[in-house]
Amino acid sequence: MSDPIQILNDKCVSCGACVKACPFDAISQAERKTIPVIDLTKCTLCGACVQACKFDAILMQAKPAADANAIAAYKDVWVFAEQHEGRVQSITYELLGEGRKLATDLGCRLCAVLLGHDVKAAAAGLIARGADIVYAVDRPELAFFQDEPYAAVLVELVRRHKPAIFLCGASTMGRSLVSRVAVPLRAGLTADCTGLAIDPESKNLLQTRPAFGGNIMATIVSPNARPQMATVRHKVMKEAPLDLTHQGKVRIEEIAFELLASRTRRVKFELEVETTLNLSEANIIVAGGRGMQKPENFAMLRELAGAIGAGVGASRAAVDANWIPYSHQVGQTGKTVCPKIYIACGISGQIQHLAGMSSADIIVAINKDPEAPIFKVATYGIVGDIMTIVPKLTAAFRAALGK
Amino acid sequence: MHYVVCIKQVPETTDVRINPETKTLMREGVAAIVNPFDMYAIEEALRMKERLGGKITVLTMGPPQAESALREALSMGCDQAILVSDRAFAGSDTWATSYTLAQAIRKLGDATIILCGKQASDGDTAQVGPGIAMHLDLPQITYVRKIESMDEKHIVAQRLMDDGIETVESPLPALLTVIKELNEPRLPSLKGKLNARKVQIVTWHAADLNPDPKCLGLDGSPTKVVRIFTPAPRGGGQMLQGEPDELVTQLVEKLKDVVLAARG
Ligand SMILES: Cc1cc2nc3c(=O)[nH]c(=O)nc-3n(C[C@H](O)[C@H](O)[C@H](O)COP(=O)(O)OP(=O)(O)OC[C@H]3O[C@@H](n4cnc5c(N)ncnc54)[C@H](O)[C@@H]3O)c2cc1C
Ligand SMILES: Nc1ncnc2c1ncn2[C@@H]1O[C@H](COP(=O)(O)O)[C@@H](O)[C@H]1O
Repeated sequence: MSDPIQILNDKCVSCGACVKACPFDAISQAERKTIPVIDLTKCTLCGACVQACKFDAILMQAKPAADANAIAAYKDVWVFAEQHEGRVQSITYELLGEGRKLATDLGCRLCAVLLGHDVKAAAAGLIARGADIVYAVDRPELAFFQDEPYAAVLVELVRRHKPAIFLCGASTMGRSLVSRVAVPLRAGLTADCTGLAIDPESKNLLQTRPAFGGNIMATIVSPNARPQMATVRHKVMKEAPLDLTHQGKVRIEEIAFELLASRTRRVKFELEVETTLNLSEANIIVAGGRGMQKPENFAMLRELAGAIGAGVGASRAAVDANWIPYSHQVGQTGKTVCPKIYIACGISGQIQHLAGMSSADIIVAINKDPEAPIFKVATYGIVGDIMTIVPKLTAAFRAALGK
Repeated sequence: MHYVVCIKQVPETTDVRINPETKTLMREGVAAIVNPFDMYAIEEALRMKERLGGKITVLTMGPPQAESALREALSMGCDQAILVSDRAFAGSDTWATSYTLAQAIRKLGDATIILCGKQASDGDTAQVGPGIAMHLDLPQITYVRKIESMDEKHIVAQRLMDDGIETVESPLPALLTVIKELNEPRLPSLKGKLNARKVQIVTWHAADLNPDPKCLGLDGSPTKVVRIFTPAPRGGGQMLQGEPDELVTQLVEKLKDVVLAARG
């Protein structure tokens, strides 16, 4: 197998244009006059160097062009409707909001896929949020999420109806599920997108996502494979508005019995009691760090959270001290959240924490150390003691919000 | 019992920036570590072996430098290490990566359980674990926070979902992805470090995996990165000034409308 990208020694003049052009720092030149070397472990074959080279000295293996007819057979934008006990999750409405824009740009239909048991009401709800078609599979085996049958059914439905785009929430369920769907379909799958758009020329889906904990952004395409699959982060897209006059069809799909089998078996499920709000779905998060000093002080945060309808998050330091369960941890080794407002109380703002929350719309930092790095990312910063500020804030919000 | 742990070498911090002039990723001088979530996978394999016996293989696909990540795993007590490395893997996305790792696990032949981290800190995709499971047609338990019981044929584990904790039973072989709550990774012992130096790391190239070439590297990767850029800087940070009461009043004034809208 030859290398997928090569510099042709007889054409290269060692000008170094490709070294500068490479966005991934994958091309280096030992000295000014030497022929550059491509580090294949860093190269993503994006082609930026090929374009930058005026001497046609870089040869990149063309990917076999996809069969245009095969690609064209895939139409429509699909949204996976995530339901828990029959309740459709808000991420689904966000996907329908975004999916509508994509469907308009492509001139195609917006469809939802709903797996579950007794899903009639949920299906009607999806139509009221803009779905033109709801493909529903209504089986007791699908009442709650199980990786294997959910994946098998989705693969089957994609093969049957051929969507061009398949969107799913970047929830724990979505991320566990979609990779199993993409593999047998040989589909491109982009994780955790925060931006989606249709390329006006190629009509491909441009999928933009953060990498390296949000320090850089990458735009990804899957030009030769269908469907173009993406998981989408909570709270970045706008929910589709409720429109009870919107017309759509519910199609109940029959599924072969074998596809419903699961080798894993649920023994039990315990709803988490501590959370009144699922963190990734929360519009507002009040988070505490080591500065909270002891577990009892989290009661103060819960009060503030209660006053403004927020979920409670925490830094790893607070979790490691056993002040609050791990499921509340925000950051690189915890959850990634993207709320409208993130209020960080006694959190210093180390890079691993920022990785999980720096894309919040508004960040408020309350910290007694004016030098704390959290202030660099804060929209509003308050230098002060949480013991004084937080109770006052709770009272002031209660007064202002009329509660 | 044969425990296989998939680990990835990642840059130590995610604090990588794009050089504003050259528009290239600045990664110089950033040390490489074992992906944080994978440390919990290694630790759990060690505990499984302590209870049930058997051997642990650590597996990574990456450049030759990734050997140091394998050495670290060996020094914690893993028995053998395999580096899957070949120029043919260049440009692999998660589809091709999970295919390649699955081929390597196939070649091992007798894996009882495969452990992965929940996600890697550079790409954060969380796709490779489930991808491997699918390529091997194995059941999976993702986000494992606790192993309740395990023998040669079965495992019962708790997984952390968005809204609660699910206890799942699975036959083995199976693939697990693990989270931080599962355990506390041990430090390498002196004996482990000495041992790690003696173990010969096995390198497998593309040809060793008997692959379908169409599934490797560029050809096997349906996705393609077309652009990278620095996110828009965060708008106007503002330090509020005044006595605590004034601070609080100002803040409530600024947030009130957003809070009302967010509460719906
Ligand atoms: C591999 C790895 C992964 C990690 N993953 C994560 C992760 O997912 N999430 C995460 O959060 N961290 C993570 N960390 C840890 C991270 O590096 C920091 O150690 C952690 O975020 C610090 O938490 P903190 O800000 O609460 O504590 P500290 O850094 O100790 O900060 C406490 C802050 O509280 C302030 N304070 C104290 N008392 C008061 C008071 N009375 N009033 C006001 N302010 C006060 C102090 O000024 C200080 O700024 C990770 C680290 C590593 C190495
Ligand atoms: N190149 C690789 N070599 C070995 N294991 C990997 C590799 N990439 C990902 N993994 C495993 O898959 C998990 C999820 O990675 P990712 O899908 O990239 O977020 C990691 O925690 C590793 O256990």
